[in-house]
Amino acid sequence: MATEDATRGRSPEKTGVESRSRPLPDRDTCEKVLAKMILIRRFEERAGEMYAKAKIGGFLHLCIGEEATIVGATQALQEGDYLLSTYREHGQALARGTEPNAVMAELFGKVDGCSSGRGGSMHLFDAERRFFGGYGIVGGNLPLAAGVALASDYRGTEDVTLCMSGDGATNQGTFGETMNLAALWSLPIVFMVINNQFGMGTALERHSAVTDLSKKAAGYGVPGTRCNGMDVLDTHACVSEALEKARGDRAPQLVEAVTYRYRGHSMADPEEYRTKEEVEEWRGHDPIAAFSERVTEEGELGEDDVKRMDDAAMKAVDEAVAFADASPFPDLDSLYDDIYVMGEQVSEGWFSVDERSPDAHRGEREREAGDVAKELAEAGAAHGEGEDARSERRVDRAEAEPEDGEGEPAGDERDEVGGGD
Amino acid sequence: MRYREALNLAMREEMNANEDVFIMGEDIGVFQGAFKVTAGLLEEFGERRVRDTPISENTFVGMGVGAAMAGLRPVVELMTINFSLLALDQIINSAASIRYMFGAQVKVPLVIRMPQGAGHQLGPTHSHCLEALYQHIPGLLVAVPSTPADARGLLKAAIRDDNPVVFIEHETLYGRRGEVDTDDDEPLRFGEAAVRREGDGVTIVGISRMAETALKAADKLASDHEIEAEVIDPRTLRPLDLDTILESVRKTNRAVIVEEGWPHGGVGANLAALIQEQAFDHLDAPVGRVTGADVPMPYSKPLEQAAFPHEEHVVKAAVATFRDV
Ligand SMILES: Cc1ncc(C[n+]2csc(CCOP(=O)(O)OP(=O)(O)O)c2C)c(N)n1
Ligand SMILES: [Mg+2]
Repeated sequence: MATEDATRGRSPEKTGVESRSRPLPDRDTCEKVLAKMILIRRFEERAGEMYAKAKIGGFLHLCIGEEATIVGATQALQEGDYLLSTYREHGQALARGTEPNAVMAELFGKVDGCSSGRGGSMHLFDAERRFFGGYGIVGGNLPLAAGVALASDYRGTEDVTLCMSGDGATNQGTFGETMNLAALWSLPIVFMVINNQFGMGTALERHSAVTDLSKKAAGYGVPGTRCNGMDVLDTHACVSEALEKARGDRAPQLVEAVTYRYRGHSMADPEEYRTKEEVEEWRGHDPIAAFSERVTEEGELGEDDVKRMDDAAMKAVDEAVAFADASPFPDLDSLYDDIYVMGEQVSEGWFSVDERSPDAHRGEREREAGDVAKELAEAGAAHGEGEDARSERRVDRAEAEPEDGEGEPAGDERDEVGGGD
Repeated sequence: MRYREALNLAMREEMNANEDVFIMGEDIGVFQGAFKVTAGLLEEFGERRVRDTPISENTFVGMGVGAAMAGLRPVVELMTINFSLLALDQIINSAASIRYMFGAQVKVPLVIRMPQGAGHQLGPTHSHCLEALYQHIPGLLVAVPSTPADARGLLKAAIRDDNPVVFIEHETLYGRRGEVDTDDDEPLRFGEAAVRREGDGVTIVGISRMAETALKAADKLASDHEIEAEVIDPRTLRPLDLDTILESVRKTNRAVIVEEGWPHGGVGANLAALIQEQAFDHLDAPVGRVTGADVPMPYSKPLEQAAFPHEEHVVKAAVATFRDV
């Protein structure tokens, strides 16, 4: 489907990002940055494989190709700073320090996942590291981030919030509304637009009238800069500068990082909207390859150092898979836990109604449910078990041909139920 | 023909029949639709009539309302029902109210299509069933088709009707096959329930995908419990064919309502109230409800499966209406 016209302006040369060469940091920093990018890449590759094996359900949005935007930006954060992201956020959690084990376990829907198996790939969270979430609703995280920044400002702390969203999200009403409020109330926040040049299958120039996204918030009082999102040092420098303006001057900033995702939007994406050549061209500007080359050429690190980091990443990922496999699924009795904070107002009474059992029920948590409700919960859960084989076939056939209708013969036409959003 | 193909056909037919019909939504053109419902339409009708929108739900739904007020017949696709929550302002404050509020000077012949449903491990932001929410709103028509034939017939009806229609599809149903009489161009009528299975033991009303689950449960009731259930798919919730449901309840004296959404203020809560108001003397047991669990939908597979109804739940509820009262 991708035509010449549709891909115009998307080659690395034409995106208007000069490859600003920033000086290399010290050896330690180089090593940290490279190790994180490699870990993210290896983690994502493995997550893709686990999805194909039906260990992971739902959608899976991989960030392969975008590692420099994540690591460059998060390296600029201080410990107390907050980070919010989208559903494409495994890398953000890892970069912020969440254990690969906890991220993989979440993708597996296991109890040791960083969201206890409740959220899945799109909804990671790590309060301890101030990773304040991945969000499944496009544009939904922008007001939340501004609210977090409001709390920092209100309390007079020095913490800044970094809010990441995609190019597609800049078209939501929340984008303009959040920019205005952030500027109006002088909030300590940096908005980072990770411009991978597509919102699902819709190319930037087909979804946004203004394609220089660094300018998109300026009219609301949030000035922007554009960085080379394939260059971890340039991203780091631009985000650092923005964070300091937000921290010191209470002047919210926007940073547009131009990058490219190598994989489909999610695992169910036939990628008919772009050419293989275009993807290949961008792979030629790989952020990890480029940075490793530079650090080895300029003598900071040796090839063996890079190899060692890769081995360590592989090992961490292997461990994460083993950990996630071994972790149990959440207890069925936990279904009704944590809907509310239990306390004065919610301690008894019908705060939640269980209509899954014909038994008379008291509306309390599932843990207190009667035998029939328990039996039915188990019967329901059992419906998930037979599906693995089918899911496996689903992805074996092709990434672009996810699961067919339940009990349907496998048609030869493309047919997805899970869809691709 | 598959459910998604039936929807596609309905749009194609109505676009061919009426130049005022056009479609818009996120990734419906070049990408062919997140669930491929609009596949091929861009190629056939061009960019004027098949419009890829940015991710701006409240605004493009509002534009659909405006275009409808000015005489066009927009069919707006929302990628899933969860994202319709971003457009609730335009759906409720505008689409549903405008005709009434302006003294019937304009009409809003708009269709808003979207799928709902759990079972695909998409977590709390992508899995809910919200038909009860739209059923609540006066001024809207609400369709919940569960078969390919109904999908086509009701979508054609929705496009030809002069009222705003919330057209709720189901993600799990897109791949289902069923007979569709393509020679018949007549749309179905809103407000006509389908009796999917006849029986005199208990009336089971299944909403959206749950019409299917209710049928499976009816088979089990017959084979394991010697209960012949009558299964009714209301097909539209506004208008609602209460007569067919009441007629069945007067025959069976028992009713169970099955929905995937939440219990509080749900479709079943509403139907139970209507049934007891109008057929109280015919009831031998309290009206049973089977609903999704009263929780945000969890991601983890066993938890998710435990949180929405399966045939076992329906069988239990139906058998319970035979308990001594
Ligand atoms: C409100 C809302 N509308 C639609 C979607 C479906 N959807 C998920 S991701 C996506 C594209 C977003 O593109 P972009 O903001 O560029 O982020 P990217 O996926 O490229 O990282 C869409 C349309 C959604 N999740 N939320
Ligand atoms: Mg994007």
